Amino acid sequence: MKRSSKFILSTLVFGYAFLYVPLVLVVVYSFNSSRIATVWGGFSTRWYGALLGNDQVLDAAYLSLRIAVTSATFATILGTMAGLALARFGRFRGRTLFAGMITSPMVMPEVITGLSLLLLFVSLQQLIGWPGQRGFSTITIAHTTFSMAYVAVIVRSRLAAMDESLEEAAMDLGGRPLRVVFDVTLPLIAPAMVAGWLLAFTLSLDDLVIASFVSGPGSSTLPMYIFSKVKLGVSPDINALATLIILFVSLGVLVAWLASRRASPP
Amino acid sequence: MNGVHAHRRDLLWQQVAVATPYLWLLLFFLVPFVIILKISLADPVIAQPPFTPAVGEDGRLGVSLDNFTFLLSDKLYAVTYLRSVLIAAIATILCLALGFPMAYGIARAREEVRSLLLLLIVLPFWISFLLRVYAWMGLMNSHGVINNLLLAIGVIDVPLKLMYTDFAVFIGLTYSYLPFMILPLYATLERMDPDLIEAAQDLGASPTRAFWDVTWPLARPGVIAGCLLVFIPAIGEYVIPYLLGGPEALLIGRVLFDEFFVNRDWPLASAVAVVLLLLLVIPIVMLQRNQAKDEEGVT
Repeated sequence: MKRSSKFILSTLVFGYAFLYVPLVLVVVYSFNSSRIATVWGGFSTRWYGALLGNDQVLDAAYLSLRIAVTSATFATILGTMAGLALARFGRFRGRTLFAGMITSPMVMPEVITGLSLLLLFVSLQQLIGWPGQRGFSTITIAHTTFSMAYVAVIVRSRLAAMDESLEEAAMDLGGRPLRVVFDVTLPLIAPAMVAGWLLAFTLSLDDLVIASFVSGPGSSTLPMYIFSKVKLGVSPDINALATLIILFVSLGVLVAWLASRRASPP
Repeated sequence: MNGVHAHRRDLLWQQVAVATPYLWLLLFFLVPFVIILKISLADPVIAQPPFTPAVGEDGRLGVSLDNFTFLLSDKLYAVTYLRSVLIAAIATILCLALGFPMAYGIARAREEVRSLLLLLIVLPFWISFLLRVYAWMGLMNSHGVINNLLLAIGVIDVPLKLMYTDFAVFIGLTYSYLPFMILPLYATLERMDPDLIEAAQDLGASPTRAFWDVTWPLARPGVIAGCLLVFIPAIGEYVIPYLLGGPEALLIGRVLFDEFFVNRDWPLASAVAVVLLLLLVIPIVMLQRNQAKDEEGVT
């Protein structure tokens, strides 16, 4: 028993080091004044200044944020409907196909999702003339499609873990199903919807491959910009950008974690 | 009267709640696959869009299996598919080897530590995937941190070639997909009663035996889910092999991307996607079965 717990402890230490050392190093090297990203040339914040003066980065970041907010909102609405349908509506016609279509986008290789959606958009354009230009709208649709799956799964598992008795009680007291959904079910699954929205938002900000397929000339998302730079090797301003993202995300997740701990003491 | 009206409205609402996401998925998930299939049966032409229509101007059906016979006859594609499956499989095993003891340790940790440990597993997932892969480029460069460190302590005299190798691809895949392995494993291990192992050991089973006879079978749904969640997306991975792998080591995601964007051969790219999808049908169905079984077990 002793030996096995020592083994577990050392894998935990190794595993967490494996996950975090690369990120810490990116943060450290973002303050490197040397142009050669891997040689230490003293402390400096010049790359942060360069980043703020780079219009390409700012434009790409703005586009990415707009897409992420819009697609996460659509994904939350559609995904919540889908989660409710799967967890509460019993059997309906086409349920198997529906359940399959909900979970498949989560594991589908991105190259396939991206290619298939682009071909759809091209065909639609030939048929009805829409979308005339690929960019914000097509990327938003693509992101909504794969991230609604995650929202649906989160909402559905929340509903599955939740006792139906509250909803039944509300019905017994004369509440109509639609009112019960809005007055009882939705408030109860609100945390799951928030978690789903945040996940959808992150997935959208994270996506490179699908956006590369469905975007048109002139609309570059932040990951597309980063990829075009990173292809050429390690660069100090990308280190600075990565550091900002790492710090921002870590802070957000930490605050959310502390808030949820306070809300539900162990 | 009023009640009937209200009831009808509720039913209508339920139908809307099913139909809206249903139609969305039909249009933006299922129909695109039909289109891929259609275009994979066309021939490439220099036009906009660059493939022949399914029904020609003379009204004849323009369907050809040329792309598929080409894929099957050219050894390069077969080798690439095989390499992709192999590399994804090895990455899956690496994730399992590291992820299982980690998930086990987290599941057995004290309550107040456990949620922090889980948070630290999920946190990298929220940080851009691309930037996490990028972080390894700085580590594995010939002048990167690992080589500088090894040179400084005198283990090596010349920098190791770490970047642009299969080794780098394995590191990148394991690093990126590790959370997908740990989370489902944790979910099953956490449900497991630790008294069972103790009981097995009290009855004289060695720790190894107790592991293989008690822990492993109980963790199996998590192992299957974790492995498939890593294996399926890893097969089609594009970014990691592009940034960390060597240029000669082609993987199928890269081939598809290049056929489409570089060679502009849309029908062949579609055919590559169709074959990849056929390879993935079995693991995807397995995953959904496993998930359905797991849900039945919970509720």
